[in-house]
Amino acid sequence: MSLSNLTRPWAAFSYGFLDPSAKREIRRKMIKAIAVPGCQIPYASREVPIARGWGTGGLQVTLTLIKPASVVKVIDQGADDSVNAASIRRFLSRVSGAGETWDTLAATIVQSRHRIPEERLRDDQVLVLQVPNPEPLRPVQPNMSIARQMHADADYGRLWLVLYEQMVRSGRIMQGAAYPALVNGRHVMTPSPIPRWDVPKLNMARHLTFLSAGREKRLYAVPPFTRVEPLVFSDVPYKVEDHTRLTCHRSGLTGVFMNEIPQAAGGSVFEASDSHLGIKAIRRAEGDAAEIGPLWYQNGEFRG
Amino acid sequence: MSVLDRLAPELITGAPLLVMQGIAKRYGPVVALEDVAATVWPGEVLGIVGESGSGKSTLLRMMNLEDTPDTGTYTLALPEVAGNLFDLDRFARRQLCARRIGIVYQNPHQGLLMGHSSSGNVAERLLVAGERRFATLRARAREALDVSEFPLNRMDDPPRLLSGGMQQRVQLAKAIALEPALLLLDEPTTGLDVSVQALVLDTLKRLQRDRAITMVIVSHDLGVIRTMADRVMVMRRGRVVEEGLVDQVFQDPQHPYTQELVHAKL
Amino acid sequence: MPNSERGAMVPGAVVLQVEGLAKSFQMHHLGQNLHAFDHVSFTLRAGEFLLLKGPNGVGKSTLLRTIYRSYLPQAGHVWFSHGAGRTDLAHAADVDIALLRRREIGFVTQFLIARPRVAAEDIVAEPLRKAGVAAEDALEQARHWLATFGVKRDLWRAYPTSFSGGEQQKVNLARALILPPRLLLLDEPTASLDVGARAALVARLADLKAAGVAMIGVFHHPGDVAALVDRDLMLMAKEVDDVAV
Repeated sequence: MSLSNLTRPWAAFSYGFLDPSAKREIRRKMIKAIAVPGCQIPYASREVPIARGWGTGGLQVTLTLIKPASVVKVIDQGADDSVNAASIRRFLSRVSGAGETWDTLAATIVQSRHRIPEERLRDDQVLVLQVPNPEPLRPVQPNMSIARQMHADADYGRLWLVLYEQMVRSGRIMQGAAYPALVNGRHVMTPSPIPRWDVPKLNMARHLTFLSAGREKRLYAVPPFTRVEPLVFSDVPYKVEDHTRLTCHRSGLTGVFMNEIPQAAGGSVFEASDSHLGIKAIRRAEGDAAEIGPLWYQNGEFRG
Repeated sequence: MSVLDRLAPELITGAPLLVMQGIAKRYGPVVALEDVAATVWPGEVLGIVGESGSGKSTLLRMMNLEDTPDTGTYTLALPEVAGNLFDLDRFARRQLCARRIGIVYQNPHQGLLMGHSSSGNVAERLLVAGERRFATLRARAREALDVSEFPLNRMDDPPRLLSGGMQQRVQLAKAIALEPALLLLDEPTTGLDVSVQALVLDTLKRLQRDRAITMVIVSHDLGVIRTMADRVMVMRRGRVVEEGLVDQVFQDPQHPYTQELVHAKL
Repeated sequence: MPNSERGAMVPGAVVLQVEGLAKSFQMHHLGQNLHAFDHVSFTLRAGEFLLLKGPNGVGKSTLLRTIYRSYLPQAGHVWFSHGAGRTDLAHAADVDIALLRRREIGFVTQFLIARPRVAAEDIVAEPLRKAGVAAEDALEQARHWLATFGVKRDLWRAYPTSFSGGEQQKVNLARALILPPRLLLLDEPTASLDVGARAALVARLADLKAAGVAMIGVFHHPGDVAALVDRDLMLMAKEVDDVAV
């Protein structure tokens, strides 16, 4: 007699790992988040089989959205092939039967950490951003109860104060990733640690974006065609990273966001951060018919 | 009986800026304020004197809309507001306070972000009011600090690195940055060295003379009130026991408590 | 404010009408009422100089301060006619008193309330500045009066807090007399003055009187101003037990 004789064979309790009541709760919070763009909505944040801080917030949103016809793309810092991205992608397809892809054009759900793909997202696609720290006010107000009151009052003076002090100290805005942005003219959100380069991609976008923090148990959304304005002084224009003159040393791509790779001999080379875009560019160069969709940026200029 | 009821028919001075009437506040069985009325005319300095627990600071906090009474009304003669200010919603209150009322607290921790730069503390006031040009923020923060006689070579140091007198000047700069209609001062020099105290008072006096800012100053220190105020209200146990011109209240006090207070000082 | 704007000071027009004025001090800690004066009545016209007389401690200064409202009277009226009408100083609102003091009623004492870090010439110019005179113009006039009262030129930019009593008093006078008020109360202004300043003061008072300023004065040596005095008012001690000492 063994354990397997005594129990029924293993089968998933619920479709898509999360049980229906958990999904219903998250779905309700997601609808709320869409209704109040940029406002952080608390949710229960269930246990999922990865550690807190490794994308549990994004994973729960994706698990709630996913269906057998979905095609998921998961990227980590722009790369589809990192261990974490690959594990999450495989887990998603295993528990849902959804398809996997590396190609932005083919995906219906893109779960991402730290980047938004360079190819323009469509209105039939959903972007899910993993957020480590959803509270833009945390650096200026450690007390979260007061921070919530400040959101309620639209009291964002201190965020501007941080920018003011960067200007005073350095003569320019030093905020790189997670640049705070005003959503729909009301709530300031942190767009997760995406580079400044990616923030304009959220403004009046055709796609829906969810941002979800599993450890902090908060999710928020940027619905399609919603204003997302980075906080800037009117006499100090918003600047994205200047990658216009850089060329990817592997694919030859230019005008996209680059990763800098230091060389042992000194100096550094650059490669496209959106790894699959690079792969497609290499394939095209080799004569394959890899389709590259329209890009957000052309010649280093944001086109939207 | 309020000042207005008693004197309105023959009043030759224009309309008051601030009118508070019938203010009462209890904390459980403790009476904080009982039937308090206050009137402040544009350009004048009203002093409120009394020992700790007399309700003077509570009254000042109400003027700054930080606290509401159980009963009573508060009006400011400003174009953008009408009616009892205690009825304003939270957002309207915040807007009014940010744009029209400046306050200097006894404890700089209450009024300043100690870890941010001094100029940034001043700029924040302007930011809250909607100023979005960096050059303007910088220039106006500098000007407000300069008027408050703060040494500009230290304008980007955080207040936690500054002396108590300097911190009060940063608070003052922050309070006047938007040229408020009303400047509230809650024991602004208490806790400072006597010599520093004199300098801060002198700055306030200058400001009053040059800009004719309407001020309400709360202090338990009769010397401060005598130096600063045009009129004075004496408070005790949540009530106003005497009110009058500063020289009259100090030279010819009417209420036994005021006589005690004045004689104890002189 | 220039005189023309606040009603001309017509010679002979009634400026002040005091009726049945009484003052005593209720000393709560002594449980005592200290009598100062009562039943004081008189009329003062523009350009008139009234000298208060009486023995020491009879309440001459007290009467001046009661008219000025530094003291609250117990009974009576102090009708003051000014540019905007007629106001009872005994009952007027504090703000109105403050307004009238700024514009219409001057008070000269032997004590200067000097403020730290304000130059002598700025102190003297202040009433003009408040009346809307341009800064340079006001300073010019201030310097003229400082010179007239004999304050040395190198002290004009200095802070009077450090001056001797006599010098402070000159600054005080220059400030108090720079802008002709409608009513001027003089409480022993000559007390600590040297001969030159005293002469300058008497000359200035004569000018003001000619310009229609009504004056009430208490003088230790009334001889100084004998030529200016139109009338005098004798205050007598009241024959009661609790007379002010």
